[in-house]
Amino acid sequence: METMKLNDVTANDLPWKIKYDASRCTMCGSCVATCSFRAILPKVERRRMVFSEGNFPEPKARFSAVPVIRQAKSVRDYCRGCGMCEKVCPNDAIHPERNMDTRHPIITRCLGGDSIKRGGRKNLEGTARTLDKIRVGRISQMTDPSLDAQRHTFDLLAPFGRILPPKKLPFTPDSDQELMTNELTPPVNWVYPVIIGDMSIGALSWRMWEGVAMAVAYLNEECGMPVRMCSGEGGVPVRLLKSKYLKYLILQIASGHFGWNRIAKSMPHMVEDPAGILIKIGQGAKPGDGGLLMAQKVAEHIQAIRGVPKTDLLSPPNHQGLYSIEESVQKMFLSFNAAFKFRVPVAIKVAASATSVSVFNNLVRDPYNIVGGFFLDGIDGGTGAAHEVSLDHTGHPIVSKLRDCYLAAVTQGRQGQIPLWAAGGLGKTGDLAADAFKMIALGANGVFTGKLILQMAGCIGNDMGRCNACNTGLCPAGITTQEPQLVHRLDPERVAQNIVNYYLAMDQEFKKLMAPIGNSSLPVGRSDALVSTDRAVAERLQIQHVC
Amino acid sequence: MCRIGAIKSRNYIHPSMALQLMQSQQKGHDNSGFAMVMQDLGGIFESYKHLPTLSMACTDAGIKIAEDILHEIGFHRVMQWAPEVNDEPGLDINAMPNYVFETFDYPRNYRKAEQKEKEELLLDTRLRLRAALEPNEEGFAYSFWPDVITLKEIGDPRDIGTYFNLWEGNDRFTAKVITAQCRQNTNYDIVRYAAHPFHLQGYSVLANGENTFYLKNKEFQQGLHRGYIGFESDSQCFLYSLHYVHRELGWPLRYYKHVVTPLPFEQIEQREDQKQLLAIRQSLAHLEINGPNTIIGLLPDNTLFSCCDAKKLRPVVIGRDTDTIVISSEVCGINEVLPDRDWETDIYPNEREVVVIDDNLEVQRWKQ
Repeated sequence: METMKLNDVTANDLPWKIKYDASRCTMCGSCVATCSFRAILPKVERRRMVFSEGNFPEPKARFSAVPVIRQAKSVRDYCRGCGMCEKVCPNDAIHPERNMDTRHPIITRCLGGDSIKRGGRKNLEGTARTLDKIRVGRISQMTDPSLDAQRHTFDLLAPFGRILPPKKLPFTPDSDQELMTNELTPPVNWVYPVIIGDMSIGALSWRMWEGVAMAVAYLNEECGMPVRMCSGEGGVPVRLLKSKYLKYLILQIASGHFGWNRIAKSMPHMVEDPAGILIKIGQGAKPGDGGLLMAQKVAEHIQAIRGVPKTDLLSPPNHQGLYSIEESVQKMFLSFNAAFKFRVPVAIKVAASATSVSVFNNLVRDPYNIVGGFFLDGIDGGTGAAHEVSLDHTGHPIVSKLRDCYLAAVTQGRQGQIPLWAAGGLGKTGDLAADAFKMIALGANGVFTGKLILQMAGCIGNDMGRCNACNTGLCPAGITTQEPQLVHRLDPERVAQNIVNYYLAMDQEFKKLMAPIGNSSLPVGRSDALVSTDRAVAERLQIQHVC
Repeated sequence: MCRIGAIKSRNYIHPSMALQLMQSQQKGHDNSGFAMVMQDLGGIFESYKHLPTLSMACTDAGIKIAEDILHEIGFHRVMQWAPEVNDEPGLDINAMPNYVFETFDYPRNYRKAEQKEKEELLLDTRLRLRAALEPNEEGFAYSFWPDVITLKEIGDPRDIGTYFNLWEGNDRFTAKVITAQCRQNTNYDIVRYAAHPFHLQGYSVLANGENTFYLKNKEFQQGLHRGYIGFESDSQCFLYSLHYVHRELGWPLRYYKHVVTPLPFEQIEQREDQKQLLAIRQSLAHLEINGPNTIIGLLPDNTLFSCCDAKKLRPVVIGRDTDTIVISSEVCGINEVLPDRDWETDIYPNEREVVVIDDNLEVQRWKQ
């Protein structure tokens, strides 16, 4: 018998326990072959069996070697609860169970001497979400008619780009009473109010990225929905850069500048302008922390696209060489505006923070009118990889922060001049239309979403510690990995189909929310349409308290 | 639903015609008030067209407050008229002690001032009067503008007409344009300032409907101009947007429609002037209106117009004879005041139309 020492890792220390029923197991091996984490292993056990062969009971004991499945006892190769074993088992012989008594957070740190890293969302479940305490409560009844979601037409578009104050519009009436203009105004693209958030090629598998890109193209070309996706910071395949589909893509630049060598070199060959440029300063899931792509995921094609060796790729927490908002406005915005000859809107993405209103005020007051969007990312969003302590304990909720920024604009009479885009846990319950609609009524022009897109594709991770292994490169769904065997689990066409269908459903749901309040265009800032049964929420957001 | 109407004529007409226009449209219990704006005045005001007339309802203390302010600024009263009231018992009217219509000459230092400068003075003065009269509800200053008179009161429109002796026509109290509304906006408090027509610097607007983008409009308008105040009714937003687009931005009237009910994006894309229309939709997104509405507007040059919400959820009809054009919520009102007209030429504007009537009574139908 093996000697056990007190500090040896056992299944009891790990976050998930494998429940295995040897009597149902046919030894097909599917579960072991499927587990990308090597968290289950075949093993031979010595078993004692009591049997009787005669007409009368004559119990005898026999020892035999029996093949079984056992859980790995390691803080590196441990069960993440992804449930792939259960999914493939033909006999329901195996499944993971959450271990309430896990010592994982302690032993991992004790054994590794390093901070814990993972993907996914914040895993500290707090109280009910603010958005779930808000209802669309101003229903058109006898004073004004509701619209008909099926029959009426609705304008479901949001601006991406800097919007001039009305008095700055370069219009002069001519003799025919027509307004004439010859001057350039900042570029603005009207897009679907739900942008597919910035997930890089590298963080995502090539099949996942392809699936998303296909969905976007289909939504635009077949469904007439101008949905845009953001590249994330990780470059773009050159073929896409040179294709007509570039117009559906928002190119992101962050502090690592990954992939921009190729993008810059492709500029002369571009046949379409990109939909926009998004300068990422921070992200809500790990605010104040830079991007992180673990070496495991830096496959050859990622090295090529990003122009890097196989190593952990860390974007610095801030943009080196920028020391102030004003400088960032001048340097980054002007250089990107100039690069695309002022035809492409340039926006900024920051993590929601206690300082967000100051940043927004600074940008909205810039006299050059060049900041084309304020993307505000709150806590509760997902990420491919981050230090767990950042993920769980830093950040700022999006709802009140978005509202604060909108009201700051209202106070200055500048609402709408820099479109507000919000994210961070939206659609967490699976219902993005409702979350997005409430955010829009609170002042957002639109929202962006990342984690939910992964879940549409088949991600089985959740916010209670299931899977969250995006950082390992071992994604069991083939979504956040570059391992060919795993990536091939994912069917990009199915990914595209799921995303397209979700968007079509969401589009209907938007109409089902707009019709009862009698609005045919997005009710941006129409907070009188919202009510809350929670007095604190109502007061904080300046909406009606109801009970 | 408010009943709204407007009459524009080559000849001076008496408010009794407006009362008749409104009367047949009454239904049920809609009796919370009557209000009208008269412009291009005749009768006793005809010779004072170039001088501002103050329209005010107030207490005795209110008169003193207002006159002190006007004298302090330097205005000299040149004419005063108060309607003879018929205070018979049983009338459903919530009357104020005094109704003041006083015409003033400008302060000496303004006599040679630019027109624009005078107009700003008139607005500032009215805002000051309103603020001074507001505590204890000493009075309501509705308009202070040349060639414009405003009367508003709470009660049954028929009784309000009786109280002010407006049912019997005469040639002393007339105008070439009269806009009128019955039943105040009941979605908000029944207060005098909530009764349309609203007036600001020569622009008057009245509306029938519900502006579901009221909060968006209000939050944006509050910062645009010092005169955009009150917001006692969601319909005030229509006036402020008209004033902003036409006077402050100096855009032609046709763009008002593009601001309040912009074309759908897919239609804008088909237009030659898409750049302008998109820029308007972007920069003035918070002036867009939603919900069911019919708007009647009156410009300083006496141009009268009407337009509807983008889904045509509220009715309006325009009828005419040789000398008079009438806009009304319902055709029964027009039948009452222009019974002999050719009703086949009545216009029922669509949701993408602005019907404009100029000073020669020429009717234009602008497609948005």
